[in-house]
Amino acid sequence: MNLLIQGGTVIDAGGSRRADVVVRDGVIAEVGEKLTAAGATVLEADGCIVSPGFVDLHTHLREPGGEDAETIETGARAGALGGYTALVAMPNTNPPIDTAAVVEQVLRVGRAAPCDVYPSACITKARAGEELAPLGELHGLGVRIFTDDGTCVADAGLMRRALEYARALPGAVLAQHCEDPQLARGGHMNEGSMSSWLGVPGMPAEAESVVVARDIALAGLTGGRVHFLHLSTAASIELVRAAKAKGLAVTAEAAPHHFTLTDALCCGYDPLFKVNPPLRTDDDVKAVKEGLADGTIDAIATDHAPHPAQEKEKAFDEAPPGMLGLETALALTLTELVIPGLIDLPRALALLSWQPARLAGIAGHGGPIAPGRPAQLAVFDPEAVWEVDPTRLASRSRNTPYAGRKLTGKVRHTVLAGEPVVIDGQAQR
Amino acid sequence: MKHLLGIDDLGADGIGEVLRLADSFLEVTRRDIPKVPALRGKTVVSMFYEDSTRTRLSFETAAKRLSADTMTFSAGSSSLRKGESLLDTVRTVEAMGIDALVVRHRSSGVPQRIAGWIDASIVNAGDGWHEHPTQALLDAFTLRRHRGDNFAGMKVSIVGDIKHSRVARSNVKALSSLGAEVTLVGPPTLMPPDLEGWPVTVNYDIDEVLPTTDVLYVLRIQRERQSEALFPSLREYATRYGVTTERLARLPADALVMHPGPTNRGVEIDALVADDPRSVINEQVANGVAVRMAVLYMLLGSGEGRAA
Repeated sequence: MNLLIQGGTVIDAGGSRRADVVVRDGVIAEVGEKLTAAGATVLEADGCIVSPGFVDLHTHLREPGGEDAETIETGARAGALGGYTALVAMPNTNPPIDTAAVVEQVLRVGRAAPCDVYPSACITKARAGEELAPLGELHGLGVRIFTDDGTCVADAGLMRRALEYARALPGAVLAQHCEDPQLARGGHMNEGSMSSWLGVPGMPAEAESVVVARDIALAGLTGGRVHFLHLSTAASIELVRAAKAKGLAVTAEAAPHHFTLTDALCCGYDPLFKVNPPLRTDDDVKAVKEGLADGTIDAIATDHAPHPAQEKEKAFDEAPPGMLGLETALALTLTELVIPGLIDLPRALALLSWQPARLAGIAGHGGPIAPGRPAQLAVFDPEAVWEVDPTRLASRSRNTPYAGRKLTGKVRHTVLAGEPVVIDGQAQR
Repeated sequence: MKHLLGIDDLGADGIGEVLRLADSFLEVTRRDIPKVPALRGKTVVSMFYEDSTRTRLSFETAAKRLSADTMTFSAGSSSLRKGESLLDTVRTVEAMGIDALVVRHRSSGVPQRIAGWIDASIVNAGDGWHEHPTQALLDAFTLRRHRGDNFAGMKVSIVGDIKHSRVARSNVKALSSLGAEVTLVGPPTLMPPDLEGWPVTVNYDIDEVLPTTDVLYVLRIQRERQSEALFPSLREYATRYGVTTERLARLPADALVMHPGPTNRGVEIDALVADDPRSVINEQVANGVAVRMAVLYMLLGSGEGRAA
């Protein structure tokens, strides 16, 4: 199938220009003004931005084991509708992604999905924090991101050995869920004035930042590659800023809810606002935005975490943490960061696309939009205003905290390896 | 008012109204036949996800004395343990046709959640560490029987495990909105992590506050707090914060001593304190029924709630 993406503004790491894009056989053939392509399917892009497809470093696809919440197919469809062409699948499935068999299963199912799926794998067997998973074997299957996400690798000695061992695995990144288990124990929201007032057990910001500080030290000790997942506190971001200034090879991501929402929303005890790391304070939201603006944070990652309705129809402290993110990430980035002038559009797309692609070693995604490159593209209207309706999301779950919010920025078309998997906001498969 | 989820649903005026209503219901409870037909035809369901014989009996007695029909679900006895979700359980109960649901739950916020799901009036009978509004109302009622309507400037010291206490949170709100000056006393580990916005002062030294205290409100110490390293031992707690006879001697002669019960004698309160003339602990229990009658009547008796 050939495509002509007509009338848009192309933005990639090389800059911004008015250009049409012709795609032939899954590959970008031409980029330039007023192109024509006989027999090609035309994707209208008037007023739209044509970007390299987005790359999510942090998606919980739930398969295998949690198919009542999400499957690889439904999660990938949600991703495609959000402009994503590549998803890094988190390994806290059941069974967890800690063996070659499960990596291969996720890869196989992912090949039929409307997004490319890149499994990450556990650092420790069964995410139990005791023994190393077969990092080398899994690396051989293409895994680059290793993480016990959902659980912190709390044992500093074990984290040190993992970082040292992974130095022999080119491109391997150890992604840490920073949460000191003793400091956070029993907590269900950010510890502070709101948790005190509500009588909900809290977890202090320091439960995150002490692990960030520790792992920065371990990165220095080992020369290993540490990536910090979903940073949520001002102190953590300051630590990463200082580490980068010293030249340490650390990277970090932040989730849209951590630059959009605060713990004040927990006032109604609705577990839709329960997430881990928890929603923090206004000061933390401000720090996350500053970190995204000044380059301290390398990627916007959704931490898309579907849960079936009955799991959230519980007491706040009995419900699991997590919220949907794939279908709202672009709009939140535009609404909260670009429109208020904190970052420009190219920087937003760097955070959503090419920086995470580079970080995860995903060479076929993240652009540039140039002849010969694989056609992984997101075409979006940066001015379209829409209201989030949980019943219209493609995810198998409905646990979005943004129901009823008006957001700016809507994906119009998504192209995966030359195939238009989303046309005019409609999933094609 | 449709629900009583927390003290803020009432405000100072609402608290005053409950207390005045409770006066007349206290008189009812002292009659030979302590029953009025105020809520005849109304159905009041108690749903207790956490064991609490005292509060549950107090609510049931209150509802029966108002001639309401009552039903009770308790943890351990019923479907509440069968893994049915909270939402499904309350929808099932609602389908039976009820006017009020009295809820006790170990998790903060559950009454508020339920109020968003069903039409019946919800009464919070204690949720997690959050609130126990009828306890605070019966405490205010007990104080008022002794001190009259003027709470302004009354110095109330609440001693013990503030952090984990729904009684403390409701009492801070109720007593401060009535004009009392509340001081929280206890070790720093048993204080909420952040008291921004709380109308209180904090003192870690009970002996410093005793001589100027009008009302000494003693909270129950849960034994498991020791294993969480919140204090070294019950013995050390008793030494530093226990209300001993020696400490009582430093309390003004006209002060009052309160406790929400049940007491851990020898830990937070000396065995002999209950017999001190300044102790009103037994009155608190007795006043509970009248106050809960007043709350149920306020919610259901004035034409609000489900039509009979």
